[in-house]
Amino acid sequence: MLRDKQSLNQTRRSFFKTFATAGIATATAPYQTAKAGFRARVDYPSTRLANLRDLRINQPIDINYPDAESPGVLVRLGRKLSNGVGPDQDIVAYSTLCPHEGFRLIYDATDKTLNCPGHYSRFDTELSGQQIFGMCNQSLPQFSLYLDDKGDIFADGADELIYGRTSNVLEG
Amino acid sequence: MTYKRGIDQLPIPPKDARVQNVTCDFCIVGCGYKAYSWDLSKQGGTAPGENAFGVDLSKQQETESPTWYQPSMYNMVQQDGRPVHLIVKPDQDCVVNTGLNSVRGGRLAETRYSEQAGTMVDRLTHPLIWRYSQHMPSSWDDALSLVADVTRRVIEEWGEDGIIVSAFDHGGAAGGYENTWGTGKLYFESMKIKNIRIHNRPAYNSEVHATRDMGMGELNNSYKDAELADTIFCVGANPLENQTNYFLAHWVPNLRGTTLVEKKRRFPAEAHAPAKVIIVDPRRTVSVNACEYEAGKENVLHLAIKPGTDLVLMNALLTEVVAQGWHARDFIAQSTSGFDTAMQANRTSVKDAAEITGLAPADIQKAAKWIAEPKAANQPRRTMMCYEKGLIWGNDNYRTNAALANLCFATQNVGREGTGCVRLGGHQEGYVRPPGDHVGRPASYVDQLLIKGEGRIHHIWATDHFKSTLNAEEFRRVYRRRTNLVKEAMDSVSYGDHAAQVDAVMNAIRQGGLFSVDVDILPTPIGQACHVVLPAATAGEMNLTSMNGERRLRLSEKYMDPPGEALPDCLIAARLANHLEQSFQGAGDTETAKRFQGFDWQREEDAFMDGYHKHADGGKYVTYERLRAMGTNGVQEPCIGFDGARLIGTERLYTDGRFGTDDTKAHFKTAQWRGLQAAGREEQRKQFRFLINNGRKNMIWQSAFYDLRVPFVRERFPLPPIEMNPNDMALIGVAPGDLVEIHNDVGSTQAMVYPMENAREGECFMLFSSPLGQVGNIVSAHTNELVLPNYKNVWADIRRIGRAPQADGISFKALEYPTEI
Repeated sequence: MLRDKQSLNQTRRSFFKTFATAGIATATAPYQTAKAGFRARVDYPSTRLANLRDLRINQPIDINYPDAESPGVLVRLGRKLSNGVGPDQDIVAYSTLCPHEGFRLIYDATDKTLNCPGHYSRFDTELSGQQIFGMCNQSLPQFSLYLDDKGDIFADGADELIYGRTSNVLEG
Repeated sequence: MTYKRGIDQLPIPPKDARVQNVTCDFCIVGCGYKAYSWDLSKQGGTAPGENAFGVDLSKQQETESPTWYQPSMYNMVQQDGRPVHLIVKPDQDCVVNTGLNSVRGGRLAETRYSEQAGTMVDRLTHPLIWRYSQHMPSSWDDALSLVADVTRRVIEEWGEDGIIVSAFDHGGAAGGYENTWGTGKLYFESMKIKNIRIHNRPAYNSEVHATRDMGMGELNNSYKDAELADTIFCVGANPLENQTNYFLAHWVPNLRGTTLVEKKRRFPAEAHAPAKVIIVDPRRTVSVNACEYEAGKENVLHLAIKPGTDLVLMNALLTEVVAQGWHARDFIAQSTSGFDTAMQANRTSVKDAAEITGLAPADIQKAAKWIAEPKAANQPRRTMMCYEKGLIWGNDNYRTNAALANLCFATQNVGREGTGCVRLGGHQEGYVRPPGDHVGRPASYVDQLLIKGEGRIHHIWATDHFKSTLNAEEFRRVYRRRTNLVKEAMDSVSYGDHAAQVDAVMNAIRQGGLFSVDVDILPTPIGQACHVVLPAATAGEMNLTSMNGERRLRLSEKYMDPPGEALPDCLIAARLANHLEQSFQGAGDTETAKRFQGFDWQREEDAFMDGYHKHADGGKYVTYERLRAMGTNGVQEPCIGFDGARLIGTERLYTDGRFGTDDTKAHFKTAQWRGLQAAGREEQRKQFRFLINNGRKNMIWQSAFYDLRVPFVRERFPLPPIEMNPNDMALIGVAPGDLVEIHNDVGSTQAMVYPMENAREGECFMLFSSPLGQVGNIVSAHTNELVLPNYKNVWADIRRIGRAPQADGISFKALEYPTEI
């Protein structure tokens, strides 16, 4: 999986209104939609994101989860993390829509942060997406991951509300 | 551990949700919000016809969506006695913030009192009285009778100077026109209280006496001017963190060049470019970083002066501007006085200034050029000048403020579009009170009076000296001792014997005790020392009017019930006045009793009509109904009329070249350099290794009174951070997240080490006014001649105590946006 052009081309001048949607849908498993009505938590699809072989340390790959409209990154950070998965417990995944205004976050490999070109919010990928500085009242939604015996990496949940939704799993 | 809410869906407001106007409680910018509320048992749907926004919420919303709300913008509260859902989200149609929320305003809903959600459940709900050796809930009548009787007895024995008052004078929550009028009418009309101070300083004085003396009020332009300026000159301020949406919605578009079209439209004959910005601050802030990112480094001049030397820089800029012939000769001749005298007294060469400020001479010259070099013949630059606590709480307040205003007058950067010489501000404003001339100038140094054993009763309104005064250790020590004397006396008599209680209190007072009454919304450190604690309502729980940093007056509507029996401050003042009237009547003093009449207010609107409507400049045009119709955009003060549908305001002041002096001229002032003005600071600088600069952090509002109780904030800052250069950290052997003691000749305090690669060696920055590490402990009692403290220029040593709690779960990565990605 390649980084999509939109995120690669997102320069500091790309502040004009853009749709938050990523270009490439990567879900390979069908996902369920949440049933109508307000419940404590929504039901998440289990979605294959990539295989272990696809990952290089500190080189994020773009994903979409829980659906094609919700861009994110999957990254192997090369250091054991409390909620990392994989043989080295160093793989994590995050939404890349800034929870403030929905600008696409940019990965900075030098300090492993996700950064918002809209209003300068910064999130630490090594600490569950903790906001380092910024305008958001939540840390970055992190996707829960698991691996199967073939090394395929799946996402099956999120721990914060994703930007631009009233439900993490859209009802459409 | 990184805090996660675990919330992955939110209720949707139905089509018929109630929608009300809200102005953010917090900073001076006063962003517009809308409160949506609806019955707890109902909810809207995702289809456009099923929700209050009329949009399809089953789809992913676009960037900068006007309809998205974060979990922090949602809560469940009581409204007219019924539980309702509440969303408080930014208003796209408000010209102040254009739909943006800051990290602080984004949690307006989450910081409301909710027994359902468990937020702010320790709000004060009922009056508390010290009895049986602890604070006990009681009734308003019981509490106010005690306060009124002790107040009366103090007046009878010592006169009104026996009363000490600490009271907010600002707008927004814990203030606003209703509440400043309520307290003002009580203390300045019914009584003539002399020993009064303001929430963040130890006297009743202006933070900007100089500019007012010179004829220029400190909020004289419009936020629009930041979009139109050629240059923004920012002194001792950090707008990205402290006036966030003013910076994001009004400065950034000019820095990016997106307001060029508007500039050309307004000033077709002038040359235009994206704005240049000059920031005077010893510290490299995230504002400097953001300006560089938006405008390019070539358009940002960060003047990292030696702390406390701003005055010298201003005088040198004035000298250079005049030497180059860039000053506004016609304006100076027609609309000002004292230019020649000030020039003679203040003349400072670039060379001398460079030596004192530590700046490069070329940078001072560059700044003068960016401020005042005409764009072309007869095309003076439009420079917006702004300043805040770095100047106000810095060295030699009066003279430094004057030196900046001199530069403004010399270049005519006031009263023209794209200019202004303004405070960036802390709180919103909301001041309307009877005249306070009897307070005098200089005003009483109230905190020193209390330390010296003066004052017999202390009325406190949303103020906490324990967190925010200077010389704070001594203040707390004496205050606890004096109030404990009264507590012990109260404990020695049965509470039910009211007359014996009051006698016991009076006896203790005669022996040096202090009876203390605290009005607040939450328990506070100083409140623990008090004998009566009264619960106040806050914004959202009452209708409240205030104005922002461009004098924009709005009505922030009541959308929920106050907790328990809490009341708006203006009504607490009114009920206290009622009880004082009764108390004096009961004592047979009918004459004095009469002075407390005129407080038959039942609603906050009554206080507004009695105060603002009758007494504010242009207030006669303004009513709640008219303001409500003006929505979140309100009207800019002074209001000059009503056209039958809309209030008519004033976009900027001094457009006619007439100023607020007797002769209507702007008065230049002499402002000579005298080094570090506060006694002992120069010696302190030599004795101790680190400057302990201090101020606010983006994530935390004011004294963290809410934020201490917000898990998302508490996780980032369990203790106040102190930012340090890594080399300094190595020098004293501390690591990120270490708990350190900061100590000097005045006292000691604590903080958590936060590494800052860009911090200058030997210069630290600490959170101001934190309840868990008060900078005021190490700030000496010395002030300037008008009792204004210098909180900023303080030096101390630092030593390790241990690890800060939760430090291992905190990210200590750089705060700055990486401009190279």
